[in-house]
Amino acid sequence: MSKYTEDDLKIELENKEYEYGFYTELESETFPIGLNEDIVRAISHKKGEPQWMTDWRLEAFRAWEQMTEPEWANVHYTKPDFQAISYYSAPKAVDPNKTLDDVDPELLEMYKKLGISVDEQKMMNNVAMDIVVDSVSVATTFKKTLGEKGIIFMSISEAIKEHPELVRKYLGTVVPQKDNFYAALNSAVFSDGSFCYIPKGVRCPMELSTYFRINQAGTGQFERTLLVADEGSYVSYLEGCTAPSRDENQLHAAVVELIALDDAEIKYSTVQNWYPGNKEGKGGVFNFVTKRGICEKNAKISWTQVETGSAITWKYPSVILKGDNSVGEFYSIAVTNNFQQADTGTKMIHLGKNSKSTIISKGISAGRSQNSYRGLVQISARADNARNFSQCDSLLMGNNCGAHTFPYIESKNPSAKIEHEATTSKIGEDQVFYCNQRGIPTEKAIALIVNGFSKEVLNKLPMEFAVEAQKLLEISLEGSVG
Amino acid sequence: MLSIKNLHASIGDKEILKGINLEVKAGEIHAIMGPNGAGKSTLASIIAGNENYEVTAGEISLDGEDLSELAPEERAHKGVFLSFQYPVEIPGVSVTNFIRTAINETRKANGLEEMPAKDMLKVIREKSELLEIDRKFLSRSLNEGFSGGEKKRNEIFQMAMLEPKLAILDETDSGLDIDALRIVANGVNKLKSDKNAIVVITHYQRLLDYIVPDFVHVLYNGKIVKSGGKELAHELEEKGYDWIKQEQEA
Repeated sequence: MSKYTEDDLKIELENKEYEYGFYTELESETFPIGLNEDIVRAISHKKGEPQWMTDWRLEAFRAWEQMTEPEWANVHYTKPDFQAISYYSAPKAVDPNKTLDDVDPELLEMYKKLGISVDEQKMMNNVAMDIVVDSVSVATTFKKTLGEKGIIFMSISEAIKEHPELVRKYLGTVVPQKDNFYAALNSAVFSDGSFCYIPKGVRCPMELSTYFRINQAGTGQFERTLLVADEGSYVSYLEGCTAPSRDENQLHAAVVELIALDDAEIKYSTVQNWYPGNKEGKGGVFNFVTKRGICEKNAKISWTQVETGSAITWKYPSVILKGDNSVGEFYSIAVTNNFQQADTGTKMIHLGKNSKSTIISKGISAGRSQNSYRGLVQISARADNARNFSQCDSLLMGNNCGAHTFPYIESKNPSAKIEHEATTSKIGEDQVFYCNQRGIPTEKAIALIVNGFSKEVLNKLPMEFAVEAQKLLEISLEGSVG
Repeated sequence: MLSIKNLHASIGDKEILKGINLEVKAGEIHAIMGPNGAGKSTLASIIAGNENYEVTAGEISLDGEDLSELAPEERAHKGVFLSFQYPVEIPGVSVTNFIRTAINETRKANGLEEMPAKDMLKVIREKSELLEIDRKFLSRSLNEGFSGGEKKRNEIFQMAMLEPKLAILDETDSGLDIDALRIVANGVNKLKSDKNAIVVITHYQRLLDYIVPDFVHVLYNGKIVKSGGKELAHELEEKGYDWIKQEQEA
């Protein structure tokens, strides 16, 4: 029978090209390849940084030189040659003093292709954006509105100059320079990123958003994000990432630090759609990211992530529950297809009494991909009545992919309550047939089933992001169904 | 409406249907009865287009159109509906979301616009009242944690929503208590018109007290061995399937 089967779909979808794979011809200023103290100094100098910042970078670089790349993750790849990468690439057309109107029309065109026209964002979405294209922040909107509330939202380069006391006080306090190999590298060479400060008692009136994109060939992107929510404040922050398709692997090593002071709440949502490589597993982004937050008394940090891109993902958004009654949450959807490999999860470090954490992880694997959840729940001796609930669900498509779960639990306090639930399932032919019988074609049926599977996490995303994420899941699934 | 001629089908090496002939006209209700393993559910699955079975000979057509080359969803778009004996669970997808997707995909395939949300809600309200379905039920995940009765009621609710030309009810009575059976049967009877047709597959005569068939067929060992009016169902109830077996093996 000339029937359109799941196999046909698999073939069609594997051939579907990465939707964001265009490359904008911008005149870029790129540093020579390689990394040494001079390059670190040159980056710092280029950005007009004060001496303390240069020294901080150099300290990180010297530590990094002594470190080796971690190998414990369940991912296999050829290690990047760190001396073959250019560590700085700024689109030349950008002059930080100019307004949005002066931005290179080609850049604006690129945002349009991404569906993130800044004007539109301004008008429609009530979203303030700080857009990072290859390292330099080019457009910051809504600054004024936010300024009236005393909220600082700017690129970290600007913040280093304009608010050095705040940056100096908090930078590296959650993720120290020497924390790990990639964090040390980032600390030495970070090119730009976002800085955000919410003053005491202020509820940020809009979602703050940053869009990251890797454009230049052979450049790594090392953003640095620092977000401080002062006592009793609230902020919701969105981060979206895409990269054009390229044959060679691009390196992305970001660091995100969140600080939630007493009674503050931070909601941090990510949709990551870096280029995953082609269907033979060639190219794609290496995504080695360190994300961590610290909660003081009664504070709450909630990480939500939708990870559909990258050839390799190595990422564990974590929460240090330092204060009593603090709350940490991690909601994750990770989709892998073709030859993608993801090793992602979280760490919940309970130090405070009555601290609570929730982990919901949904892994979806297709093609020949490998999808691992790796999580640590640690209860310290003084964390009386700490509570954790973890749920890790895996959905498999086809017979060539893998799902793995590595939950680590360490409790030093007998009053702790820790629950862990895990399931693994496969999209069943009977489910697809049932949908078909009701008139729903296979492709749509699979999207429906996967969306249902991911619903608990999708529901945690802010509205405008949830729609985008759902679409993205569908696109990735079109390319990931097996 | 439905015309089945000399249908042979197998799964793997095993032949299950061995030459079925069946004509169902618009406005008719047919009952197919038979002992376990006779091939009743297989017949239903094959009409719906389940590819686990291989049709080795014969043909199935709907309103003169050959169905054999059509995918299950295409058959659905043409008005074939199967109420499953064992409806599957789809976690995280609500009853409402599922039926909305089903209706809109069917409309799209037939060149129609999506149904406006307002109209959709109105129809959902009407049809759920018809089957005495609680509002809360509609936001639950499809079939997840449903009792046997709830599952079957949900199947008939979907039938009511989709308004198929040909509805095949596969063991819809199994797992139903007497009250649920009455509600489901009433629902089916209200959906019945001279434009559509219903094929009821059942093991017992019980359901046929509520959904009264125009014709009763007995399926045994992959063949229809007896056909008659509704009185045939009573006769079967009385004499049991052994009667058929003995007759066939004699």
